[in-house]
This record gives sequence, C-alpha cells and structure tokens, in this order.
Amino acid sequence: MYDIGKIYEAHTVEEAVNLRLEHPEAVIIAGGSDVLIKVRSGKLAGADLISIQGVDELRGVHMEKDGTLVIGSLTSFSHITADPLIGSCIRVLGEAADKVGGPQIRAVGTVGGNTCNGVTSADTASTLLAYDAIVELAGGTEDEGRTGGNAENAGGQMARNPGAGGADSQRRIARRLVPLEKFYLGPGRTDVRPGEIQTCLRIPVESYENHYGFYIKFGMRNAMEIATVGCSVNVKLSEDKKYLDDLRIAFGVAGPVPMRAHETEKKFKGAALTAQTVTEIGSSVLSEVHPRDSWRAPKNMRRHLCRTMTQDALCEAVRRAGGMIAGMKADQDGARDFMDITLFPDAGAADGQE
Amino acid sequence: MSDRQYKLVTCTINGCECTAMVDVRASLADMLRNEYELTSVKKGCEVGECGACTVIIDGECFNSCIYLAIWADGKSITTLEGLTGPKGELSDLQQAFADETAIQCGFCTPGFIVEAENVLERGKIYSDDELRKLLSGHLCRCTGYDNIIRAVKKTMYQRHGMKMPEEAAADEPLIYQPDEIKK
Repeated sequence: MYDIGKIYEAHTVEEAVNLRLEHPEAVIIAGGSDVLIKVRSGKLAGADLISIQGVDELRGVHMEKDGTLVIGSLTSFSHITADPLIGSCIRVLGEAADKVGGPQIRAVGTVGGNTCNGVTSADTASTLLAYDAIVELAGGTEDEGRTGGNAENAGGQMARNPGAGGADSQRRIARRLVPLEKFYLGPGRTDVRPGEIQTCLRIPVESYENHYGFYIKFGMRNAMEIATVGCSVNVKLSEDKKYLDDLRIAFGVAGPVPMRAHETEKKFKGAALTAQTVTEIGSSVLSEVHPRDSWRAPKNMRRHLCRTMTQDALCEAVRRAGGMIAGMKADQDGARDFMDITLFPDAGAADGQE
Repeated sequence: MSDRQYKLVTCTINGCECTAMVDVRASLADMLRNEYELTSVKKGCEVGECGACTVIIDGECFNSCIYLAIWADGKSITTLEGLTGPKGELSDLQQAFADETAIQCGFCTPGFIVEAENVLERGKIYSDDELRKLLSGHLCRCTGYDNIIRAVKKTMYQRHGMKMPEEAAADEPLIYQPDEIKK
C-alpha cells in the first residue's frame, strides 16, 4: 500500500487541467515509474496525486500535414520503439527509448514523464533535444509566452486570456509551445506552470528530414541502468556527403539538465568530414560540458566519455547518412564499440589537451 | 481514518471477470495478492527493478508493484496462475523450467515465466542475446540465468516443432559479453 493522500483521476485533457487548477499542490502521475518510487522512498510520501494515466488522447504518434511529428506525452517507451513513424523518421528516438530500464519499465514509462521530471539522465530527453523537439502544454496561465497559434478561451471556471484564437482548434483549452531546451529550468524542475499538463512533443519536419543520428548510452550494465553519460548526435550531410551541413550534439548527465553543445555545433557547421574534424569536435565539446562527481562516476570519467562518445556517435551518424570520414583509420571507421572505452583514463588525459 | 478513498475496479483476471472495491493506495500487486489470493505475484523490490511481480496487462508485461490497482479497471490481466491447465497442470514452459533446473529458490520464477510466455507468444525465434535482452527486466540471484535462458529457448524451439541447436562449444565464453548485443 502506498502512502498517498488523495488520487484524482482525469480521463480527458480538460479534466486534467481542471484538476490541476483545483489542486495546485497535487503531483501529476503518468506511468508511475518515477512518482511511485518517490512516494515509497518518502520524498513524496503522503502527496496527493493527479493520475493522467486514463487520458488516452495523449497516447500515440502521428504526423501532421506539414510533416511535424507529434508524439503524445503518454506514449510509452515500448510503443515509441515499435511505432513505424518513429522508425522511419526519427529512428534514434526509438533506439534511445529501447535503452531505458528493462522491458517492463519501458511498457509503463512515458516520454512525457521522462521530460517532465527534469532529470538530466533521461535517455529520450537528450535524443529529443538533438531533434529540436518542442513541448506542447495545455492549460496555461494568463501571462505571455503563448506561441501556439491555436490558443483559445477555455470557458467556464477556466475563463482565460483568449490568445490568438486559431480557427482550426477544436479544444477549448489554451496551448503553449516551449522549445525543449527552454523547458528545463534546473535539476528536477521544468516549465510546467500551475494548471498545465504536458500534452505532446512536436518535432518539425526540418529537424529530422535528411538527418541521421546515433545515441550512445554509457552505463555500467546493459539493462536497468541510468546513463553515466548519454550522447545523441544528429548530422545532415551536404549532397556530395563530404561536408557537415548540420550538426546537433546533445548530452545527458553532462550538466544539471540535458544540454546541447551549441558553440561546437556553430563552429563546425559546414566543416569538411575528416578525421581531424572528428577529433576537434570531440575536444571542443569539453569546453561546454560541465559534469560533476557523483557516486555513479567521477567528473573526469564523464568528461572523457563526453569526448569519446561524441566522436563515436558522430562517426556512426555519418556512416548512417552514407558519408565517409576522410583520413579515418580503418579500425576507427564507423562507430567503435562503445563498450571498448577505457573506464578510468588518467585524470590529466581525460581533461583533454588534444 | 475515515476519509479513505476506495474505487470499484472491474477487470478480467486470467479469463474471469472480477470486481473488487480497492483502496486507491493499493498497487496492482497488492490487489492481486490480497483480494484474489494470486500469490504467484511476488513482491520483491517493490520499486520495479526485480521483475518478480510481473503480470501481463492487455498483452504487455508490467511490474504490478509500480502500477496502481485503480488503473487496472477495464484491463485484462494474466498472472502465472492463468498459464496452468484447468487441473493445475504445468504448461510446457513451466515444465521446461523444472527440467532445466531453472529454479532454485523460486522467487523470481513466476515473473520470468510470465515474461517468457509473453515473449514466446509473439511466435518468433529469438537469438540468445535477444532473449537475454527481452528477459533483462528480471533479477535472479540463484541460477546465474543460463538455465533460465536454456529453458525458454527449449520451449521456443519446441513450439516451432524444431530441435534446439547444439549448446555453445566449450571454448566459447560462458559469461555473457555485453558488447555482443548491437542493436
């Protein structure tokens, strides 16, 4: 028996939003693989819960007319991996979701929960960041920041700022869009405002079209593991496949929240695909990541992993895109097996003078 | 406490439709054990790591310890008891576990068998590595997993009317090498 106060069950987004307004202190529970563990360990003991497990409209993946992929926040990891749209458009997300926990955790854990709990190690969070995902929230407060074109008056006790009032909207609840990177406010804190729930994650067509990527999760074991460091790289190659037209590098556990290496991306956009570029990118990300010591792994090891995993994920992404890296030694061509990484390099070498 | 909250939960358990009034704070494992005496659902870690409480809900395996009982309303649930015959005969998979000594203390066994049954029902032939990945949500502290994998593999080939391939030669490593899975 869990130490729970009251449970309020929602079956539609509207119900969920109303419950959020009525019970601002209650915690949202989706799959439960985080919240129930926190209840058990005492961190959330006695808390009231709003269960959105029954909001079936938030499940599933579909594509909008303009090519935007919409992933319902309650879609479980196993369903993401099995989804044909994910497999054909954003394969890396399916692969990353397949690395979470074990099979039963993947059946219950949701992609929305993975982003809303604000942890840096979330496997899908770094991958979604590398796809420039946009978070959609329903409910909304009365301040600005309403980028969604279909914001509409919610009516009743939900009467709010009418927003732009898009004609295509069938819902009466205001929507707000936030880029995933801005959605993270700090460790364990995300931009879910009072009265809001996350409804879906949107990936615009330009973020995934002609992009190829790879996600590496480094853990001490293969299942039931939390990433020591996670690295997701997406590339788009020029037509002759010799230059990096677009580059996106995202990390988990390289900082307090999932992060992108923007400086490196900017610096190497348009760079020629050579072994030297790969080495330089690996070194360059070290100036942006700021992992910390924890009981899971020392900081130096994490820095070393950031460098080598960026290089490995980049090589594999390029290989998937059909490119070749000039000057790469035969044994380095393509992804080296990521389990080959030396676990405890010399501290000095790890802090990178390359 | 007078303000306890209850909910009427109707679900299909092992083919029978059942209704019970459950405390909303109960996990599905609590409900199956306490209301329906389905004690094959073991409570091991109770944080979703060990897999001993695994049940099949609408065709997918879940850890019933981190699944609220109220969510089971309208769902179809299968536990280990649902796999045995009408007179309690062992299924082929259960028999294979016994034959291959895939059981020592037996605490993880219901979870393993329920998960393996769910995997085998997909009707595919899986490699050893794939089986290990599919069963990776279960912990066994006794057997070292080899016998469990062998029991599942044996049943898998039996159900396809095929003979199980020869065991790995002695010079191959007996210890599972993590880098063998590349997906």
